[in-house]
Amino acid sequence: MSLVAHVVVRRGTLALDVELAVADGEVLTVLGPNGAGKSTVLRVLAGLLRPDGGRVEVDDEVWNSPDAHLPAHERSLGMVFQDHLLFPHLSVTENVAFGPRTRGTSRPAARAAAEDWLARVGLAGLGDRRPGQLSGGQAQRAALARALVGRPQLLLLDEPLSALDARTRLTVRAELHRHLGDYPGSAVLVTHDPVDAMALADRVVVIEEGRVVQAGTPAEVARRPRTDYVARLVGLVLLAGQGAGTQVALDGGGTVAVAEDVGGPVFVAVRPESVALYLQRPVGSPRNVWPLRLAAATPHGSVVRCDLAGEVPLTADVTATSFAELGLAPGAEVWASVKASELTVYPR
Amino acid sequence: MPAPLLVPALLGVAFLVLPLLGLLVRAPWSDLGPQLARPGVGEALRLSLVSATLATVVSLLLGVPLAWVLARSQLRGRSVLRALVTVPLVLPPVVGGVALFLVLGRQGIIGRWLFEATGLSLPFTTAAVVVAETFVAMPFLVISVEGALRAADARFEDAAATLGADRWTTFRRVTLPLVAPGIAAGAVLCWARALGEFGATITFAGNFPGTTQTMPLAVYLTLQRDPEAAIVLSLVLLGVSLATLLLLRDRWLGRGAVT
Repeated sequence: MSLVAHVVVRRGTLALDVELAVADGEVLTVLGPNGAGKSTVLRVLAGLLRPDGGRVEVDDEVWNSPDAHLPAHERSLGMVFQDHLLFPHLSVTENVAFGPRTRGTSRPAARAAAEDWLARVGLAGLGDRRPGQLSGGQAQRAALARALVGRPQLLLLDEPLSALDARTRLTVRAELHRHLGDYPGSAVLVTHDPVDAMALADRVVVIEEGRVVQAGTPAEVARRPRTDYVARLVGLVLLAGQGAGTQVALDGGGTVAVAEDVGGPVFVAVRPESVALYLQRPVGSPRNVWPLRLAAATPHGSVVRCDLAGEVPLTADVTATSFAELGLAPGAEVWASVKASELTVYPR
Repeated sequence: MPAPLLVPALLGVAFLVLPLLGLLVRAPWSDLGPQLARPGVGEALRLSLVSATLATVVSLLLGVPLAWVLARSQLRGRSVLRALVTVPLVLPPVVGGVALFLVLGRQGIIGRWLFEATGLSLPFTTAAVVVAETFVAMPFLVISVEGALRAADARFEDAAATLGADRWTTFRRVTLPLVAPGIAAGAVLCWARALGEFGATITFAGNFPGTTQTMPLAVYLTLQRDPEAAIVLSLVLLGVSLATLLLLRDRWLGRGAVT
């Protein structure tokens, strides 16, 4: 394991206590809502913020412990910030050469390394420009080159894509994925965007209110969310209950029939597109049918996302055509049904 | 625009501009050449420019680091320090001159020790002019540089730290260039204030032509016996101030806005 960290920070209402471990060549994504403490974790790893406790070790070298603190400028790290933070008074090449220069590389060698990296990120020929003359995507590529040029042991990325527009984001994300694949050290990426997390991570850690609430591969996290926040991010509805046989008695009331035998505390994950809506109670008596009330309906791509209130709060995605045929208005009574085989059930 | 704002604003402009126009109207334009060539005028002007420039250099060397401490350090009692630094801004310059005399004069707390050790005595020398001007003008520089530092995004300094720059390197290569327009503005303010300094200079440095008689002192004394000559000297001072302001605005202050 290359990065092993236990980060403890207490600041006002934030009580952060998070353990992370990242192997060489591995990309760990820290996912969480705003204010969860994600960026604080990165600042501690970078040495920009002195934690109240814990320990940071990189390649068995202690960067931080209760009685030692290696300042940021003595750590072998590269960091990419949300709004690139390229120095506005230096050219792009000078920005990328800044790290090698401060670490004692000669001017020509630093310049050559910078130009090499600018070419790698697709910015060959733009080195003489000022950061202000670059597009958002180009600036973020230059920032990546600046972070990687010194071959750091640890790469930190703080919301590297969230300042970009949707189109640029797509291409920069793909390039970032490629560069992260080539990067031999440990990488920690912080984001609140589940798409970034799923696309770029080898492993995902979800932080809420300063604690790790879930950790696993992107596929595991996406399939089996353990909190409402994660479930919402990956587009699922999470129901918690007690399993007995093929029945789950929900904590909030009501029961759900599932396809397999379960026991003890479980989660049931419902995909909104598997929920069907009817004006009358559907015939053929499927096992999972509930009379619910339409709380809100919002267009979501080609479907209408219907938030349903009642004994079993659900979300249903119905096509715009079906929605129009049903003629639903907020407050309308509807019947919702979902097949037991469409549900994912797993222990809590 | 509402009249309650417009009318006072116009009155304010008139109040600020009319005296300067008066100066131009009353100037003996036909007699200007000989008046400027009079002995003492060039001397006073040269002394003023040199001492104001030296005072600005000293203010930069001491004031920029001081502004950094006020803006960036986690020092306890920073607000007290800031209040102390700004006292010369509100202090009557004559009082500043008296205070300097009491500390740096030959009988002063530090001045006596300096005289005994080296035989040097500060008051009534050109160095004293520079000291008096620095005392009065440096707070202008400190305040404007501190403002520029506060407005500059400190996260650039974080970025520099992650690139291996210690705080001194960061200050030289990132912070200083970022706040350069603010420093230039502060230096111009400081220089202009030093150029116009009167009270502290005459109190601490005296009024010796060629050594300590700067332009403002020369203007005041000439006004008593030869008002025409005083107007000419005032015109020179006004011209120098305006020229500097225009020159520096284009060469330095404009650059921050261009990029």
